[in-house]
Amino acid sequence: MNLLALEPQLRRFNWPRDGEIEFDLSDILSIDTAGAWLLFRTAAQLRARGRNVHITGASAEARTLLDLIGAVGLPADVPQAAHMDTLEGIGRATVGRINESLGVLAFVGEAAATAAPLMLRPLRFRWRQVFDELAHAGHRALPIVGLLAFLLGVVIAYQGGAQLRLYGASIFIADLVGVSMVRELAPLITAIIVAGRTGSAYAAQIGTMKVTEEVDALRAIGIAPMELLVLPKLLALVIALPLLTVFADIMGILGGMLMSAAMMGVGFYAFIDRLGYAVTLHSYLLGVGKAPVFAAVIAMVGCYQGFQVTGSAESVGRRTTMSVVQAILLVIIIDAVFSVVFSWFGL
Amino acid sequence: MDNNTKNTGQVDTLVQMRGLRFAYGSRVIIDGMDIDIPRGKVTTIMGPSGTGKTTLLRLIGGQWRPQAGSVHVDGQNVHTVNRRELYRLRKRMGMLFQSGALFTHLSVFENVAFPLREHTRLPEQVIHHLVLMKLQAVGLRGARDLMPTELSGGMARRVALARAIALDPMMIMYDEPFTGQDPITVGVIMQLIRLLNDSLGITSIIVSHDVQEVSAISDKIYMISQGKVVGHGTPHDLGRSPSDWVRQFMNGLPDGPVPFQYPAPGYLDDLFGIA
Repeated sequence: MNLLALEPQLRRFNWPRDGEIEFDLSDILSIDTAGAWLLFRTAAQLRARGRNVHITGASAEARTLLDLIGAVGLPADVPQAAHMDTLEGIGRATVGRINESLGVLAFVGEAAATAAPLMLRPLRFRWRQVFDELAHAGHRALPIVGLLAFLLGVVIAYQGGAQLRLYGASIFIADLVGVSMVRELAPLITAIIVAGRTGSAYAAQIGTMKVTEEVDALRAIGIAPMELLVLPKLLALVIALPLLTVFADIMGILGGMLMSAAMMGVGFYAFIDRLGYAVTLHSYLLGVGKAPVFAAVIAMVGCYQGFQVTGSAESVGRRTTMSVVQAILLVIIIDAVFSVVFSWFGL
Repeated sequence: MDNNTKNTGQVDTLVQMRGLRFAYGSRVIIDGMDIDIPRGKVTTIMGPSGTGKTTLLRLIGGQWRPQAGSVHVDGQNVHTVNRRELYRLRKRMGMLFQSGALFTHLSVFENVAFPLREHTRLPEQVIHHLVLMKLQAVGLRGARDLMPTELSGGMARRVALARAIALDPMMIMYDEPFTGQDPITVGVIMQLIRLLNDSLGITSIIVSHDVQEVSAISDKIYMISQGKVVGHGTPHDLGRSPSDWVRQFMNGLPDGPVPFQYPAPGYLDDLFGIA
């Protein structure tokens, strides 16, 4: 007989109309919480109807359990879980965004304030860290950046070539691949890969150091975390990203060139010859010139998100994801802004 | 030692907090605290979890800024000195973090050498000697080549302690040094705290809620609860405190001024919906 069967039986039970009611527990060998609760509830309901109820013969254990069940909590102001309506939600989200933006500005400002005195004394700068970061962010990113740029070149040549052939203008494939790679796609794809690869690593590294209190330990030792953790990364990425972009230019054009030769019969010599007319120095410089700006954005977003980590490992994951999403978003927005500004100035 | 301070009447105070108030958003964590940390003594700040003990250490270290009140360390106001002075002051304040907070990419030796390399221009030979001396003091000279991931929790704390004393600070702040350690490690850490305090003349500030350990090594205890100081004195004094709250805490009683039951509506209402 369990609670499920017992409970309806008790509810339908015909209690005597009057007199005292006694529950004799002396034959009860053991009683669990559910049983005690049922007994307690029954007694309470009967008492509420004005009946005298006694519970007798309870063993010591049963007594303790009944007391525990029956211990009446102090009526008090119960803390309520905070309830938020739509308007408050919108308000909080807005204030949150504003605070986040101010936080980023403050972070950039602090980085600048830390960097300024170091610029006057470049020898005090942590060059060892810079070279370490350069190896991580630059050298080790070469294979993935090269491969993706190469494939991008192949795709552009393949897709564009099919259209150009219709007009018998196959040689312009060099213009298509060259200009689109050098001006737009190489800087953009490199920045996106680096945001996913290096920006996230910055956020994760600093975030983990925050969780393990290493950042606090740095401060306690008397070292500004900004100087040790952020500035070397920033400088390294500002150096690495333009170099990676140049590499992506080369690999992308190489991909396009191979594809043109294989599919459209545009030979290497003809391609390179045409490339010299199509790609001017200034479109090359405009492309590479965007890279340091992208690099600064990626490094600052990654580091900022890293410092925003609080408490748990879960927070590290969330901030790392946010760093990638925000960095890529900002890179694409800035790229669009660059395009508009360049066209104003007729570049 | 007790007689000594009584005779001179004046206790030399290293850290002085007056009217300290700190709120995190709308949640007041520290609400008007006056605390004096005597120089060269072991002082413990004790209280339940979440009463702002660690916050207090961050305020002393100048990492956070109070809304009101002041913290003077060795006569200097931590929150009004400029950045340069603050960092200079921090070099003289060692801190032992709960997790040890060793730099995971550096070996034990390099972790201890880190403050020396950063703040001094000592030749490598001297740094080598100093690091080994500090490691010897915590009994881990033999572990110099291990990486932090290879250390047990207790060993990591000892290495962190060696790192904290690398620059021979005037004081060390211990954040929950005993939490989650086995009895042997607790014993080792207790002994180290007392030893470093007495032999190097370092002032020790411990934040903890381990009553037994703290009572055994502290010269002075500040008991805090809900952002206020509720009692202070020697461990002996506090054991006989007239305050119910202090006695509940010192003896670890489940019920008392701090109730066992979280505020709730009437039990009967909750269970059966009848009064």
